[in-house]
Amino acid sequence: MNGVVIVGAGQAGFQTAASLRMAGYDQPITLIGDEPSLPYQRPPLSKAFMAGKHEIEATALRPLAFYETHRIELVTDARVTEIDRLSQSLTLATGRRIPYDALVLAVGASNRPLPVSGAELEGVCYLRTDREAIEIRQRIRSARDIIVIGGGFIGLELAAAARGMGKSVRVLEVQTRLMARAMPPILSEFYRDVHSAEGVDISLAVSISKMNGHRGRVTEVVLDNGATYPADLVLVGIGVVPNVELARVAGLSVANGITVDEHLATQDPSIYAIGDCADHPNPFAANPFAAPQGARVRLESVQNAVDQAKSVAAAILGRAETYRAVPWFWTDQFDIKLQMAGLSGGCQEVIARGELESRKFSLFYFRDGRLAAVDSVNRPADHMIARKLIASRSRVTPEQVADLSVDLKMQAETGAGM
Amino acid sequence: MTYISHSGETRQVAVPVGDSVMEGAIHNDVEGIVAECGGACQCATCHVYVDEAWLPRLNPIQEDEDAMLNTTASERRPNSRLGCQIPLTKALDGLIVRTPPTQQ
Repeated sequence: MNGVVIVGAGQAGFQTAASLRMAGYDQPITLIGDEPSLPYQRPPLSKAFMAGKHEIEATALRPLAFYETHRIELVTDARVTEIDRLSQSLTLATGRRIPYDALVLAVGASNRPLPVSGAELEGVCYLRTDREAIEIRQRIRSARDIIVIGGGFIGLELAAAARGMGKSVRVLEVQTRLMARAMPPILSEFYRDVHSAEGVDISLAVSISKMNGHRGRVTEVVLDNGATYPADLVLVGIGVVPNVELARVAGLSVANGITVDEHLATQDPSIYAIGDCADHPNPFAANPFAAPQGARVRLESVQNAVDQAKSVAAAILGRAETYRAVPWFWTDQFDIKLQMAGLSGGCQEVIARGELESRKFSLFYFRDGRLAAVDSVNRPADHMIARKLIASRSRVTPEQVADLSVDLKMQAETGAGM
Repeated sequence: MTYISHSGETRQVAVPVGDSVMEGAIHNDVEGIVAECGGACQCATCHVYVDEAWLPRLNPIQEDEDAMLNTTASERRPNSRLGCQIPLTKALDGLIVRTPPTQQ
């Protein structure tokens, strides 16, 4: 037996190894990562770590001893160059060949590069790894004028952290509103107000023409409209592209990620793909064409990484079940905790529970009359209940969620119905 | 400090002051704590029952934690806490917690 080989030692890869061992799998497990560190959590890099609340060591998922105790061979700083599906083996850049019975691709995504001149200047930074986070935190401390390019989750979390350190921060966003891909206009406006009140300057509907520098260091950002902003630190967060090359070269189908079925298997039954790189059918996504397994999506989240890892571990152990975990996400910016449950794409109706001015409210999204998603601002109990309501396909009504006197927990426990 | 699992297995581990009860479990591979969100008070999967004798010495429950505790997979009891919200102090040297039957 060659066991399971996992490519990618992020949250999804780590969890696959851990879940296999927890379920009693006793064959070899090899976990291959391209970074030098022990597997770690990425969410705190732009949040608690960036804000100086804890140090980088605290992001490790488990200590080294965990991998030894559980006989998980951890191969760090390694790059996989090729998958040979015929012989069921892969090759590392070092020339080492590793055979597998099952292969899990948890290869993640890469930051989308900013395609303008000057993007290579020193002081233009992207955040993905722990080492990049360490560098950015140091640079923020000594920076004077910080420009954040991209008003999505990462950009705004970095803006909040930098502003929290008392720095001058300006966010440049190409869309007409913040976090446009993930949120409705009402929340974009709410966050614009929050950031503005904290002193972050926000420019919407602007695009970058170029960046200028002096002696190789960035000094200013120039917009298409000619406006120029001084900058000694530019933080770029304009989205990611899934890492599909390895799969593509191996002849696997790729689209918006590596294509997998409802069991997270590729068309090669011994190869799975999970986490940020997996283009998978999701029963909670809007499904305008009524695809039988649910519309295809690719999700970038801890929840998706962890739940897909558990699902793949079960499949490898011969207990495959359709992947159907409720998606959830979170972002921390200043003192605002936003928790999102479900997928709000394609929803026609939005109902608020609580007052926006109170900074404690939830937005309930209905798709074709049924609750599909809930975004909760500083209302963690709503979020936890929402996950249950969405999972059970609850028949809760817009009138019920709008009424603060209705106990939603009761609805979650009694109101289920397919 | 000491972790006692639902099945009664006892693990005694040294946890540095400042680390949380959740981190102490994760860093020492103690079973029964999931900590899916990594300590952001987002997931309620580091639920523990604190030994009654230690309750008066704990930091008070904040609003967030209180709300999350209402949604734990195992029943909430008067001594329920989220492990990620209890930082260890010298006064908690010897703390005893029990992990619930399930976290998810």
